[in-house]
Amino acid sequence: MVYSYYPGCTLKNKAQDLDRYARLSAKALGFELEEIENWQCCGGVYPMARDEIATKLSSVRALADAKAHGRDLITLCSACHNVLKQVNNDILTDEDIRTRANNYLKLDDPYMGETKVIHFLEVLRDVVGFEALKEKVTNPLTGKKIGAYYGCLLLRPSGVMDMDNPENPKIMEDFIRAIGAEPVIYPQRNECCGGYLSLEDKEAVAKRREKIAQSAAEFEAECMVTACPLCMYNLKKNDSNIPVYYFTELLAEALGVKN
Amino acid sequence: MQRIGVFVCHCGTNIAATVDVKAVAEAMKNEPGVVFSVDYQYMCSEAGQNLIQDTIKEQKLTGVVVCSCSPRMHEATFRKAAAKAGINSYMVEIANIREQCSWIHKDIMTATEKAIILARTAVAKVQLNAPLTPGESPVTKRALVIGGGIAGIQTALDIAEAGFDVDIVEKQPTIGGKMTQIDKTFPTLDCAACILTPKMVDCAQNEKIHIYAYSEVESVSGFVGNFTVKIKKKARYVDTTKCTGCGICTEKCPKKSVPNEFNLGMDNRRAIYIPFAQAVPKVATIDADNCNMLKNGKCGVCAKVCTAGAIDYKQQDEIIEEQYGAIVAATGYNPISLEKYDEFAYSQSKDVVTSLEFERLTNAAGPTSGQLLRPSDGKHPHTIVFVQCVGSRDTSGCGKEYCSKICCMYTAKHAMLTREKYPDTDVYVFYIDVRTPGKLFDEFYRRAVEQYGVHYIKGMVGKVAPRADGKLLVQASDLIANEQLHIEADMVVLAAAIEPDKSARSIATMLTASMDTNDFFTEAHPKLRPVESPTAGVFLSGVCQGPKDIPETVSQASAAAAKVIGLLSKDKLTCNPCVAHSDELMCNGCSACEKVCPYGAITYSDKEFRQPDRTVAIRRVASVNEAVCQGCGACTVACPSGAMDLKGFSNKQIMAEVDAICK
Repeated sequence: MVYSYYPGCTLKNKAQDLDRYARLSAKALGFELEEIENWQCCGGVYPMARDEIATKLSSVRALADAKAHGRDLITLCSACHNVLKQVNNDILTDEDIRTRANNYLKLDDPYMGETKVIHFLEVLRDVVGFEALKEKVTNPLTGKKIGAYYGCLLLRPSGVMDMDNPENPKIMEDFIRAIGAEPVIYPQRNECCGGYLSLEDKEAVAKRREKIAQSAAEFEAECMVTACPLCMYNLKKNDSNIPVYYFTELLAEALGVKN
Repeated sequence: MQRIGVFVCHCGTNIAATVDVKAVAEAMKNEPGVVFSVDYQYMCSEAGQNLIQDTIKEQKLTGVVVCSCSPRMHEATFRKAAAKAGINSYMVEIANIREQCSWIHKDIMTATEKAIILARTAVAKVQLNAPLTPGESPVTKRALVIGGGIAGIQTALDIAEAGFDVDIVEKQPTIGGKMTQIDKTFPTLDCAACILTPKMVDCAQNEKIHIYAYSEVESVSGFVGNFTVKIKKKARYVDTTKCTGCGICTEKCPKKSVPNEFNLGMDNRRAIYIPFAQAVPKVATIDADNCNMLKNGKCGVCAKVCTAGAIDYKQQDEIIEEQYGAIVAATGYNPISLEKYDEFAYSQSKDVVTSLEFERLTNAAGPTSGQLLRPSDGKHPHTIVFVQCVGSRDTSGCGKEYCSKICCMYTAKHAMLTREKYPDTDVYVFYIDVRTPGKLFDEFYRRAVEQYGVHYIKGMVGKVAPRADGKLLVQASDLIANEQLHIEADMVVLAAAIEPDKSARSIATMLTASMDTNDFFTEAHPKLRPVESPTAGVFLSGVCQGPKDIPETVSQASAAAAKVIGLLSKDKLTCNPCVAHSDELMCNGCSACEKVCPYGAITYSDKEFRQPDRTVAIRRVASVNEAVCQGCGACTVACPSGAMDLKGFSNKQIMAEVDAICK
């Protein structure tokens, strides 16, 4: 099975681990990630301005490319996933945006929202299946207590993202069980890390970071996993000394393909 | 040719401001058959009615057209007036030039033109009207109340008080409903059980009241005055005539870990149980899903210990058929499920409870014998946060858009009682608005704030985060101080929205009673007929019609009873004479009408007909039971040979109306 794959900018520099381990794991699990050609930055943040179309075009290009190949589009970065999925929903549900985007792009085949955007975690859950994944694990992380960190963008707005219950999610916990480890459920796992505030208000981010890390530590998590490079950046160096990993790194480790 | 009088009403300025009523009256003078036409300020007033009556006599009218408001409003008024003047009341037609004309148009020219067309149409119809005589149907002097909560109990008691037989059907093993689970009642703080249980006992002892507990309505047929209802008495596996309610079986049953519904699963009961000490009827019930004997034939302890020999493992569900003249829906409510409100950690922490659970935690017959203890560790809570509007006034799609109405008051009650009993406890209440209209209600709430020092904070709770040490970290915003709050609480109490009981929809379908989008029963008129369903003979009592507290429920229950008594005190009901009629000479016996009739009013029989050659032939023809027919007209459309016709709305009359509109 071949999927179209949208890595996003961060996965090409700071978050290369997220990308590398995902590709290795995919191979071990029997599917392939084919990077779409000439992808551009998704913009990083879903544009809320209703009358602005330019900021949505790069997403539409990526979505249309996947459609041209007749494939689903896989993402890894929470932010890219959020932007692509929300823009896709706009194209599907908002005639005005659909018309203007197509008028602008002048595609041979107008894009009407046909592509299915799926996050790598959703592939593990819905295509591979966590039970099947468990069987493919050669190096189970037995006994490791892992706190899943969801952040905001993976789950919200829940009506559009449609991945899991935004207030009491379980997809990452199920993933952690599948790789043989023990999930730690702590209340701050779906709270905001501070996001781009790290550019202008480091103190606010520090507050968020310590609250999240403390909460994970309090429930005896040994480490946290995330799917988001920005969450990783904000949380990594915390006073509770809890290491943060990309979920793909632990996946690759459990599948025995890390090295 | 009829002699028709046309009466055009101004309805003050309601009609006259948009319709040139004089022009309408003038135009009608030229219509065929019209011998008199006039306009008048208020046709429904006594003077207006006298005008109609006098004109009927003076002009020897045979038909009357009143151009006024909707026939739903005053058709009966004008029919009565005409009958007084000596003509058949079904010779009156209404042209609705208010709701369907003046109120919805702005331009006088077009509104007047439309009013003339509507009036002309009514005149064309009256030309073909024939006098009709309504039939009568008997009234079964027995009422059915569906639901045995405080609403059903009060309705039944009032109906019985008037001397009529009344049956209560309750799906739970005991009557009493939600009120049995409530500890104290606002605003007077009297004990709910102390005021409810005497009423439950009254029901049991009243000779006029029969209680079908642990029973459900299976089907309803018939019509006002003559309902036939099948009631399923669910198997209790206990002979209720023998059981004395001693309770030995409920102590000896070895199956100990069945969640106790009465305490909302916060403690356990046995597989054979009596819901609570004051249950009515006080007899045991075996929960078949949890009974070892019924599941795999291994046990039989209850049968061994029962000195009355009441246990009967072979008992079956029983269907009873009864006749009723009136039916009252009193199906009640439930708190909504909180599965869509995980931000409050209800499913993650035992110390986050609903308000109804809190009632049980403070009730002497509850799982903690009335001591307010944290469910997780049994310790006294020192900080309690109450969250109002959990699922109420919620436009996000997760909850209900309506206000559940009772939560502000019971939360004030909980907060006040907590502070009174445990003054060392800090109590916070988060609210969107505090709504306390009602006698002594606002005084009650102010007492909670001013005398008991409850911290009321305007704002919503965003998240309840259970900490590892058992505390609940409540993140909230104070909208007035405009700041973020973080409160370390020991318990969080959620005022969950209330919704109609799930059984209400299927019962509404059986009763052909209408419901709104929230599954509350709809009233016949939201202001003027609030306890009647639009379906004749069906009445509404309690929260099944909309959120209500206990005083309001009891008032409405008595109001519904008054309406039932009014109906049952009649020996006969006048039937609507506008019913279907089959012309036997034209009927070809195809059964098309019988198939579409929703009321089962059409039957077929073989009849002898004299042929033109003087021989006798036997043909199968339809006939209509006029008492059952509701005049919907479905059969007249289905009939391929034109034999079926509706009196008062005949095919000829309708075609004449269409012609008049298109003229």
